[in-house]
Amino acid sequence: MAVLDKEELAVLKAVADELPEFSRTPSQLIPVLQSIQKKHGYLPKLVLRLVADHLQVTIARIYGVATFYNQFRFNPPGRNPIKVCLGTACHVKGGEIILENFERRLQIREGETSADREYSLERVACIGCCALAPAVVIGEKVEAYVTPSKVEGIITEIEVRKEMAAREQQRNETAASTNE
Amino acid sequence: MNNSPRAFLAELVTAAAAKLAELKNASVPVIYVGCATCGRAAGAMDTIAGFNEALVANGIEAIIRKVGCLGHCYAEPLVIIQNPGFPPLLYQKIGVGEAGILVRSFLKDGSDPCYEYLLGALEADDNFPTLMDYPRYLFENRVIMEHCGLIDPEDVDHYLAVGGYSALAQGLEEGGVRVLEEIKAANLRGRGGAGFPAGRKWEIARNVKVFEKLVICNGDEGDPGAYMDRTLLESNPHQVLEGLALAALAVGAGRALLYIRTEYPLAVEIVERAIAQARQKNLLGSKILGSDFSLEVSVFQGSGAFVCGEETALIESLAGRRGMPQPRPPYPAVSGFQGKPTIINNVKTLSTVPSIIRNGASWFTAIGTPGSPGTAIFSVVGEVEYPGLVEVPMGVTLEHLVVDVCGGVKNGKTLKAVQIGGPSGGCLPASLLQTKIDFDSLKESGAMMGSGGLVVMNEDTCMVELARYFTDFTQGESCGKCTFCRLGTRHLRDILEDLTKGVGSAEDLQTLQELSEMIVKGSLCSLGKTAPNPVLTTLRFFRGEYEAHFAERRCPARMCRSLIAFYIDLEACARGCDACVACCPTEAIFTTSNRKKAIDQEKCVKCGECVYACPPEYDAVRRISPPSLIPDQGVKPLIEEEKEEK
Repeated sequence: MAVLDKEELAVLKAVADELPEFSRTPSQLIPVLQSIQKKHGYLPKLVLRLVADHLQVTIARIYGVATFYNQFRFNPPGRNPIKVCLGTACHVKGGEIILENFERRLQIREGETSADREYSLERVACIGCCALAPAVVIGEKVEAYVTPSKVEGIITEIEVRKEMAAREQQRNETAASTNE
Repeated sequence: MNNSPRAFLAELVTAAAAKLAELKNASVPVIYVGCATCGRAAGAMDTIAGFNEALVANGIEAIIRKVGCLGHCYAEPLVIIQNPGFPPLLYQKIGVGEAGILVRSFLKDGSDPCYEYLLGALEADDNFPTLMDYPRYLFENRVIMEHCGLIDPEDVDHYLAVGGYSALAQGLEEGGVRVLEEIKAANLRGRGGAGFPAGRKWEIARNVKVFEKLVICNGDEGDPGAYMDRTLLESNPHQVLEGLALAALAVGAGRALLYIRTEYPLAVEIVERAIAQARQKNLLGSKILGSDFSLEVSVFQGSGAFVCGEETALIESLAGRRGMPQPRPPYPAVSGFQGKPTIINNVKTLSTVPSIIRNGASWFTAIGTPGSPGTAIFSVVGEVEYPGLVEVPMGVTLEHLVVDVCGGVKNGKTLKAVQIGGPSGGCLPASLLQTKIDFDSLKESGAMMGSGGLVVMNEDTCMVELARYFTDFTQGESCGKCTFCRLGTRHLRDILEDLTKGVGSAEDLQTLQELSEMIVKGSLCSLGKTAPNPVLTTLRFFRGEYEAHFAERRCPARMCRSLIAFYIDLEACARGCDACVACCPTEAIFTTSNRKKAIDQEKCVKCGECVYACPPEYDAVRRISPPSLIPDQGVKPLIEEEKEEK
């Protein structure tokens, strides 16, 4: 928890700096929340209080709005956010099964973030890639024609890339220390 | 007359045409890559990287341009290559490897145009089949999508060079009343789904004596399965902006908004750039094209609520509130956002406006049917041979659309039903394929036009499960204001969920029917009023399928997972092939004592992956319903047998 609080504090400070850019009208509520989430990935609890003060609306109204729309989230996303599309075409082609496979593979349920914050899993109504169903969005990238065995491949690819980055970093650090 | 809008525009067009001509007559090859969201999903950005790398490696100079979507989604990534000396050629499924081959054999040597990847030529030519020879192009009538995928959406000059903004210049000279009269005469009906005449809506707003008015482009395309609004915004944003400006001119509005859902980040980015470019050229902003008309345009991002496609809910969300529909009247056209007259039109409706002004109302009414003139864009997806976006004249039959234009059902299977109009539409059985596509015929059949999503289903799709899916969707998206919508859809969903598990009775079907009728009556907005459509139509046309679920605990389509099982036919299974073992996500498949494969029913999650993994020459995995029919083949795992021997 302690780590999260520190992080929340950092977000809090950043938002306090950004808020004055928005006019103090309640109609700015959705753009403000969108801007915070875009920058920080989620809406920390304390931040909503700041927003309430700035726009001069009740915190209840902010919760009302933020929970009404699918876009907003109150937990930090994983470094590799995974969104499984469950639009009609994806559903007909087995989107539910793909979601289940991710749940099984990552050991988290839909809507959750893994303990190491590496992955988060979400379902989305439709990303509009229906001709390429079933589709999954990994970070910003859309994966088309996903199958249960491809799920394994996607995760492995992320893991391998992570490992390579770690090794690269280690190599750089050793190089830096020998240079010194 | 030198400073008339048309003269003003003519100067812009001359410069734009010269710029485009330069590109068309370039002495080096020009490569256009389809980079709308669907193209990117299929790997278009990698394709571009592949081209760049191959061009550098082979020392070839070429121009690469990103364009929008042609609608042939089954063939993505799509690439058009304009190699001097050849007509522009359209290639399909071009990945990194194919890009390299095209550069080496076509651009470097100039000898081999790689027929194996070719979809067709874009211009008539003696040596290449043209796209116009395909049934899809023959039957389509591209009005709104005419330039999609062929021009650069991020360069306003491309749109100007193909006649863009000429309707706006004409409208500015002739005045807003003329624009309004033309749209009324054309009987343009709202393409968002309801089909309300756009001209009549505009007239109401025009007649309100309020100084400040607002026009909004509704790009909150929430229907799962529909993506034509996204494609239009990404492929030809200026056409939407021109329509929006004409609408503002007709009603006398000085402010315009594009409400685009935030799930379409690329569309938002492209539209924002388009607005900036149009403003810079004085096509939007103050005193447009030297006239007295000014229009401020901005983008508002919706944040993911299906109900916000409804206009009163959309207005609520603009005000920073929950998107809950409000009773009408007052209609938004009289009193909408902040009490000002507000016109809300769909992306497709606004995209149609410029062509009507340019070609006249009589041209428009000559297309389609008298009651529903013009064309309709459908996203045809599901089990169809050539899924994608198609634009056909109103009044053609569903069969024509699915079979002739989109190649019919995939893999030689039979067509069972089409679901038209998204969650608020209905399921029509194959026997009703002669239904005409227009606002009124579809309504009569029990379905509706909706936003134009069309899902084609073969015998492997369970109608009960599909009804459950849509009800689950609308239940989740209900804003909660009306009790019938909030609780009624939930009850519907629960009954349907039980049915997919084999639990239910004839009484439940009666409840479904009655509850559906009550939800239709008791809901304020169209979300609730149309939510039971999938249930009502499937009950009407596929009652037997419902009965099989609870009476026989059997899913005739073998889709509902509680009612099916998989097993491997030992007769068909090959020795030593491990394809199914390798693909199984739960390691449920084991090797039997005779070195064939069997499925551990306890571990099996019924994902069906083994069906696809099993090589077609064996085709050994069987799917049966009900699970009790699974034959006892008396198999034991090899390991257990070995243990016993020890």
